[in-house]
Amino acid sequence: MIPVNAENKPFFDAAREGRFLLGRCKACNQLHYYPRAVCPFCSGPTDTIAAKGRGKVYAYSVMRRVAKPYAIAYVTLDEGVTVLTNLVDCDPDTIRIDAPVRVVFKPAEGGEMVPMFTPA
Amino acid sequence: MKACIAGIYEHPTRKAPDKSVAQLHAEVMNGALADAGLSKKDVDGYFCAGDAPGLGPLSMVDYLGLKVRHVDSTETGGSSYIVHVAHAAAAIAAGHCNVALITLAGRPRSEGSSGTQPRNYGANAPDAAFEAPYGPATVNMYAMVAMRHMHEFGTTSEQLAWIKVAASHHAQHNPHAMLRDAVTVKDVLDSPMIADPLHRLDCCVVSDGGGALIVTRPEIAKSLKKPIVNVLGTGAAVKGQDGGRIDLTYSATAWSAAAAFAEAKVKPADIQYVSIYDSFTITVLMQLEDLGFCKKGDGGRFVADGNLISGSGKLPFNTDGGGLCNNHPANRGGMTKVIEAVRQLRGEAHPAVQVKNCGLALANGTGGQLGSRHGSATLILGRA
Repeated sequence: MIPVNAENKPFFDAAREGRFLLGRCKACNQLHYYPRAVCPFCSGPTDTIAAKGRGKVYAYSVMRRVAKPYAIAYVTLDEGVTVLTNLVDCDPDTIRIDAPVRVVFKPAEGGEMVPMFTPA
Repeated sequence: MKACIAGIYEHPTRKAPDKSVAQLHAEVMNGALADAGLSKKDVDGYFCAGDAPGLGPLSMVDYLGLKVRHVDSTETGGSSYIVHVAHAAAAIAAGHCNVALITLAGRPRSEGSSGTQPRNYGANAPDAAFEAPYGPATVNMYAMVAMRHMHEFGTTSEQLAWIKVAASHHAQHNPHAMLRDAVTVKDVLDSPMIADPLHRLDCCVVSDGGGALIVTRPEIAKSLKKPIVNVLGTGAAVKGQDGGRIDLTYSATAWSAAAAFAEAKVKPADIQYVSIYDSFTITVLMQLEDLGFCKKGDGGRFVADGNLISGSGKLPFNTDGGGLCNNHPANRGGMTKVIEAVRQLRGEAHPAVQVKNCGLALANGTGGQLGSRHGSATLILGRA
């Protein structure tokens, strides 16, 4: 179960509608991830913007010694922030750093939709 | 000098199904006090971290039967105990205590812990909702650091394997080590892939056990029988994701090391022995670079060809076999790193791995996940 709370609920509400939200500071205008109520850079108030959903692989690792192998990754979005995610709908052996990827939404345990990435 | 490490003890157990965690804390306390030549009545400061059962120092001071005027439960994962040494030195300098006891113990082996299991720091961890769905375990959050290092600097699996090879050469001489067979680079590469690019032999062991330290003021240390080991410099730092500006090519050790070297007024080339927390081979490589033993990106070449093996290499490391071969009590490596550094400075390491006339040693640890958020601590120690 994803621990949804008052602060992070807008992110998961948007994800259900197919939008991937990044945090944006109303004071300093800088983007951050994961989104939070207080800007991690200047401590100002924040809102969110929807990411375009495109980026490239910064780092990844395929977990092999588990019942269902999976690829964890950091993806650097075109907007400049890097996000922790999974790479899905692809052969793990073909994943490469710098490969272009695009967002897809997948159900997590408990039913919430979460952003993941697949080769673009 | 501000403070000295006067007592050390490493629990010999590697699997303790018939003991409690609190009991292991008591046993390591007794061991460190006996090593120092002090009694429980002398202890007036107590330090523990997240491995301590119950309500940290409240449960443990009560269970152990201590009477203290200073407590500290700083929690920075596996690096906690190196931070505790720094905090104990500061508390002693401030007059808050004279004899500080630091304990660590745990039974992850008996309890079935594994680095492939997702970590859970509770529903209120602010990152939990954004990360738990993706299966961050321990091993894959270090593996991504290795993957990026390989991409940026051309580091190879063979180079990482040399770190395990060196640890295994040392572990041959440690009768308590879990893994006592010397291994080759090929053995590491032939072991099963756990999380690309880390093989099974790139990963530390899971063991039960514990350790304890006694930190005291120099006047008291001088009245005891053991050789004097001075705390010369310390540093601590935390590095996270920086709001999404993620850079996996360096660790918080870059910051903690700078502080410790400045305080000790020495440079990396002066250090004769290093204890480096080796949760994974990549953890060692990253710390060696960030400590300044080689340039950023040169870690692979630096560790290759046995350069970390005592007696033949330029920088002997983890002469007890480290977490890769000896033990990893409570899944936290900082304590045993300090213990082996003190053994080296006292001349108490195994003769086959003892660094000749070792006068200056360094212990470094990381805690948490190198790939997301972690704490680093650096400790520079000198023989009087």
